[in-house]
Amino acid sequence: MSLSGDKSAPTTRRKRDAIHLQRVTLAHGGGGKAMRDLVDDVFVSVFDNPDLAPLEDQARFALSALATHGDRLAFTSDSFVVDPLEFPGGDIGKLAICGTVNDLAVGGAKPLYLSCSVIIEEGTELALLRRVAASMARTAAEAGVKVVTGDTKVVTRGACDKLFINTAGIGVIRTGLDLGCHRAEPGDLVIVNGLLGDHGAAILGARGDLALSSPIESDCAPLNGLIDGLIAACPETKFLRDATRGGVATVVNEIAEASQVGIELIDDATPIREEVRGFCEILGLDPLYLANEGRIVAVVPAAAGERALAALKSHRYGQGAVVIGQVTRGPPGRVTMQTRFGGKRVVDMLIGEQLPRIC
Amino acid sequence: MRFVDEFRDADKAKALLAEIGTVAAKAADRMGRPANIMEVCGGHTHSIFRYGIGDLLPKSIELVHGPGCPVCVLPMGRVDDCVAIAEQPGVIFATFGDAMRVPGSKKSLLQAKAEGSDIRMVYSPLDALALARANPDREVVFFGLGFETTMPSTAMTVLQAAADGTKNFSLICNHITIIPTMKAILDDPGLQLDGFLGPGHVTMVIGLEPYEFIGATYNKPVVIAGFEPLDVLQSVWMVMQQLSQGRAVIENQYGRIVPKGGNPVARDAITRVFELRDFFEWRGLGSIEHSGVKMRAAYAQFDAERRFSVPDVKVADPEACQCGDVLKGIIKPRQCRVFGTACTPETPLGALMVSSEGACAAYYQYGPRAGDEPEKANAA
Amino acid sequence: MCLGIPGQIVAITDASRGLATVDVAGVKREISVAFVRNADEAVEQLIGAWVLVHVGFAMSRIDEDEAAETLKILSELGEVAQETEAMRASGRA
Repeated sequence: MSLSGDKSAPTTRRKRDAIHLQRVTLAHGGGGKAMRDLVDDVFVSVFDNPDLAPLEDQARFALSALATHGDRLAFTSDSFVVDPLEFPGGDIGKLAICGTVNDLAVGGAKPLYLSCSVIIEEGTELALLRRVAASMARTAAEAGVKVVTGDTKVVTRGACDKLFINTAGIGVIRTGLDLGCHRAEPGDLVIVNGLLGDHGAAILGARGDLALSSPIESDCAPLNGLIDGLIAACPETKFLRDATRGGVATVVNEIAEASQVGIELIDDATPIREEVRGFCEILGLDPLYLANEGRIVAVVPAAAGERALAALKSHRYGQGAVVIGQVTRGPPGRVTMQTRFGGKRVVDMLIGEQLPRIC
Repeated sequence: MRFVDEFRDADKAKALLAEIGTVAAKAADRMGRPANIMEVCGGHTHSIFRYGIGDLLPKSIELVHGPGCPVCVLPMGRVDDCVAIAEQPGVIFATFGDAMRVPGSKKSLLQAKAEGSDIRMVYSPLDALALARANPDREVVFFGLGFETTMPSTAMTVLQAAADGTKNFSLICNHITIIPTMKAILDDPGLQLDGFLGPGHVTMVIGLEPYEFIGATYNKPVVIAGFEPLDVLQSVWMVMQQLSQGRAVIENQYGRIVPKGGNPVARDAITRVFELRDFFEWRGLGSIEHSGVKMRAAYAQFDAERRFSVPDVKVADPEACQCGDVLKGIIKPRQCRVFGTACTPETPLGALMVSSEGACAAYYQYGPRAGDEPEKANAA
Repeated sequence: MCLGIPGQIVAITDASRGLATVDVAGVKREISVAFVRNADEAVEQLIGAWVLVHVGFAMSRIDEDEAAETLKILSELGEVAQETEAMRASGRA
């Protein structure tokens, strides 16, 4: 199956000269030969696929081929800025693929094509760019998606922080599937696919300014395979969302708000790694608000709970799947947590970013 | 986690709550009204809300959230001073994360950072000193705040800077002391309090002796309390025991951390570097005698207030704010006329809405809201 | 308050400056032990000790006997509560 719109286009191009410089200069953004070399050497070589090869200003797809996967197109875009660019368990490249793949997958779409646009600060090491591009290629291969178009800009020192990546993605939504934030009803179960807060803690730790060292790795992962399995086993799944910035607490608040229901979380059931707890205790943070990059919140009818859990647990990214709470009739929009003493507290949306505190 | 999880045990909590119920009934018989217990420290406020402890206690016990949040009580004028220093060219301003959002009269440190000031969040004052060493051509100013718990750490950092001959490090000292503040609350004519949960981590530095006057002169029990939920419950139980028996002494629930005599080495560091101010201005409470410390003249070269010119202007609290009445336990946060309307965590007017340790912010974040079941009857 | 968290000293990183590595649930950080070392003992004696950590300083050595004592009181309270409950139950019977 060829998705290339223009059959006469060459499928391979003359290999450009490899770059031997150590660092990116403004010349690489100038639109001339230096830029073509950079794009070829760093990106095209690793993303190599027939849809990318023509390097037209746009990727072209046959509608008929897309339609074999479902009846609606899903389209999403996400920009990735992370400090540091490489961290335990991942890097900005892996994040950029996973983030967009997951944003498509949680809508019930099969992710197919991604774009990759990079903004590079002059002076950024070529070796770093190569590692990031390789990581993107590896993750895209795992997720079964193709990077089919992109863009490269180089900006003067200080105009961006080393490297920003934007990926947009196209996927196709399975016919008949309708996942929605507004669909939660009293009695439904709230499920997550594993330990919470690993990514947020890994990033804070990797930044180094807090001088904390820990074995915590980011949970960053492409979840489309996991979600495929869940939807196949449990087509009555009502809603999925990846619990990125703002963490699980934010997602459940969004559900409670959109569905005008209450949600009660169970303190003892929220799965948090011992080291993440330690990390949070030291800095006075709440792990429920830490970012995740490989965790989803799923809302399923109570009757389908066991099936959903079993499906999630059978996948490598869902082995820690667990029910963390239930939708209630409680005040609409209100998320509460049953504390281990039988007490109750409100779990609100975060006002701003969580800051480390001493008191 | 050792020394943490054991003190979060649900079964023990149930038993303790049953005992508290029994003692509270006895105390209520004796007193003829509900008991108002103030937790002085914001850390306790945080634990009480995080574990939903308030609702679990019998109706005859009312917890009143005290002034022990050093960020909340920081007056606007002091924040303005910090912003003024942070905005000077060449300065790296280092602060605990807590202080970032505290509103000054014009802006917070977070806003100053957005406008281009080099403001860094650090975990330890030692990290600020390390910044000074790593940036010899910059002036690093550390924002020292907190009660006696934190004072020794900044003092030791200054001593270290002096020993190393570090020239580009200084401290803007906003440390405050707990005892004069408790005394100011006890002297308030509107006082409604029957006993205190004492601040465990302050006391591990200052020891038990400074609290003795509270029982002796004011006839109020004080129990130095740990911060895990069982610590808080056990301390409430101990206060209620005293009230039911008509006793008023200082007791220590937190013996695993708090030695009777505190930490003399830490106190020595404080004494070497700091001396009492005649007065210190508190947001919400006004000026309190001897409630803050400043740097001794011997360490003038590390005193940011002497090294930089600061506006040093007193800024009155917004008039609508009733933080003072909340701090003294006279009203509950939700009874304040601007709570949740003009004053929210996003746009805090008053001190207590600023930090997550502040009583109002905790109420807003964790507490009941309009539409919930009615709150427990207010005793105050 | 002042956020304080128990951790265990696992290594001494700079004896002359009194710096050590503390482990909190698997997360490690260098802290100062200046406030908890005894003048008459080698700083290495602190390895294995549990301390309360606040803003990068060990502020107190945790008294393990006191911790056990507190938990014992709590357990005994639990037994008393159970007995009271049992007495109430038998009184009703």
